[in-house]
Amino acid sequence: MISGAEIMVKCLEAEGIKVVFGYPGATICPFYDKLYDSDIKHVLVRQEQNAAHMASGYARCSGSGKPGVCVATSGPGATNLITGIATAYTDSIPLVAITGQVKSSLLGRDVFQEADITGACEPFVKHSYIVKNTEELPRVFKEAFYIASTGRKGPVLIDIPMDIQENEIEGFTYPESVKILGYKPNTKGHAIQIKRAIEAIKASERPVIVSGGGVLLSGVKPKFQTFAERTGIPVISTMMGIGVMPSEHELYLGMLGTHGKPVANRALHEADLVIVCGARLGDRAVAKPHQMSEYNTVIHIDIDPAEIGKNVKTEIPIVGDMKNVMTMLLNEIGDYHVTRQWTETVRTWKNDMFRVPPKFEGFVEPRSLVSKLSSMLRSKAILVADVGQNQIWCANNFRIREGRFLTTGGMGTMGYSIPASIGAKLARPSRDVVVVCGDGSFQMSMNELATIAGQNLAIKIIIMRNHRLGMVRELQDFNYNCRHSATVLEGDPDFLKIAEAYGIDHAEADSNEEAEEIIKKMVKSDKPFILVCNVYPDTPSI
Amino acid sequence: MQYTLSILVENQAGVLSKISGLFSRRGFNIDSLAVGVTADPKVSRITIVANGDEYVVEQLEKQLNKVIPVIKVKRLTDGEFISRELILIKVHCAPSKRSEIIKTAEIMQAKIVDASPDTVTVEYCECTNRVNTLIDMLKPYGIREIVRTGTVAIDRGTTAVSL
Ligand SMILES: Cc1ncc(C[n+]2csc(CCOP(=O)(O)OP(=O)(O)O)c2C)c(N)n1
Ligand SMILES: [Mg+2]
Repeated sequence: MISGAEIMVKCLEAEGIKVVFGYPGATICPFYDKLYDSDIKHVLVRQEQNAAHMASGYARCSGSGKPGVCVATSGPGATNLITGIATAYTDSIPLVAITGQVKSSLLGRDVFQEADITGACEPFVKHSYIVKNTEELPRVFKEAFYIASTGRKGPVLIDIPMDIQENEIEGFTYPESVKILGYKPNTKGHAIQIKRAIEAIKASERPVIVSGGGVLLSGVKPKFQTFAERTGIPVISTMMGIGVMPSEHELYLGMLGTHGKPVANRALHEADLVIVCGARLGDRAVAKPHQMSEYNTVIHIDIDPAEIGKNVKTEIPIVGDMKNVMTMLLNEIGDYHVTRQWTETVRTWKNDMFRVPPKFEGFVEPRSLVSKLSSMLRSKAILVADVGQNQIWCANNFRIREGRFLTTGGMGTMGYSIPASIGAKLARPSRDVVVVCGDGSFQMSMNELATIAGQNLAIKIIIMRNHRLGMVRELQDFNYNCRHSATVLEGDPDFLKIAEAYGIDHAEADSNEEAEEIIKKMVKSDKPFILVCNVYPDTPSI
Repeated sequence: MQYTLSILVENQAGVLSKISGLFSRRGFNIDSLAVGVTADPKVSRITIVANGDEYVVEQLEKQLNKVIPVIKVKRLTDGEFISRELILIKVHCAPSKRSEIIKTAEIMQAKIVDASPDTVTVEYCECTNRVNTLIDMLKPYGIREIVRTGTVAIDRGTTAVSL
């Protein structure tokens, strides 16, 4: 005989899961008891939301394409997960969230710590289950992992009542395949649309590629770069797409959008053909997306048919996995290359529009520092940016080589960076993992310093301290007559003392020179580090 | 523009709330919704009549297709399907008006299924247009209560919405 809880652990093992992030409570105790005997590593977080963010960071960096796994108890544990789940949903990150639930016989009676978590998460999950029989567990786990990691990736929630975990059944076999009638993601690009796309590319004079997170999620980066290089088509990325090409690549123009690079926006505006690859083009990326196709032809490649034509009018839709579509495009493109004139025009813009940000005496200039930081890290470094001005400074100035840039571009959840970096570091222990966050966002998840210290993870945290919710304050400067309502951070603690309290090495900098000296030492250490950079409060985002 | 969608779904708990939630969340308006099991007891069929322009309908179809237990979504082509709705109407009926109301029901081929000293209840199964006509005709007598099932629809001829 085998209990439901043991089956849960065996399912995770069968999926090859090495690490889970979670926080226990009564209704998930049967599972935790069995996990105790397993080789799966459990990372005890300090708040459940962060368990989901850690699983997200882990999934994004592991390179296996497997979902990250987070675990919480029923009621408040489960509801604490929601923001993390919603973030993964908007960012299309594969996640399996497991929650304990009150006994099946008590469901719907509002007993202690009962929350309708599948109901609450409905808009933020790709799919969810409440398990009603212990026998169903293997099938449900198999399906959940399959759904989360195929098609357009996303979170799947499995809610498991306590009695289902406790009940014992005859034996355990993990299914080898899934059979879900209504779920058959189309991963092959349609041959006719590919042909039309090739014709449109060949006929274009000023094509650009806009790449999103989908290119990274499908693991097609090298092929994607080959395509750009062979055709000479300049590449712009969304925030989630940063890292599809090395930042210094001559064809890469940077991030588009309200907070993007002027040259990227200009190229998009002047283009006669836009090839959108795995991007949703939300309003931050293209301010008036519905107007985009008025001045150019749009080819949109996405694994999710619902994204095509949703925000931007599309002439040539291609539904499919970027991996397959890129192969097909490469096979058909022949010796097409953009005109020398277009290459030259774009290059001129790129050079003309570059400027060095002005410095403020007695402060760290964050944009120059982030730029400098890039060359001080090893080439496969992972930079995790939080949300706010700090995120924009990183997005536009971190020069990525072979590493990753992680942030939440879709949901923009403050507090993402520290937990996500923990997931990233556990997935890639040998790489440099650096967090850049604001003083506001740091305080949204600084409780996880305990997790970092407890696991002795050599994560380096750079706090850009401007004593402000800088990005909102900037918005108030532009749109609300400089009325700084609720954007000054009063009563903040001394972050160095916080670091001290967790036993984490730390330092403070008031100039770029000072910061660079500290970073030099910091990257050599195999311990965590917190660097507090004092930033001039009125430093602009771009 | 009004359109009719036939949706085949796996017959499991929570499917209906997923679908109705999707409508409200994305700001799509439903005129009517009817659900029932198909020949295969594991599969239910939902018929939705809704309003919106081409963009809305297309988005809706795509979003519905993303719901995992949704097996198939088909937009029925105007004029190429038969639709029916069942309605029960309780009408005020003074004794002096009784024969008039019975006459109206007869003209429309509706059935009187119940009566009391001052009401009659009419049953009618027709397409939505004819159902609305009957309602209009009975309105002057004073309607006490209306119950409608919502529209169900099926393709004409041999075409079928199947797995
Ligand atoms: C959870 C959450 N709450 C509120 C916001 C709105 N918001 C966006 S940026 C920002 C300010 C961030 O401040 P800080 O972390 O100090 O970064 P800075 O902009 O100063 O670099 C706020 C409040 C958000 N994105 N996420
Ligand atoms: Mg700040």
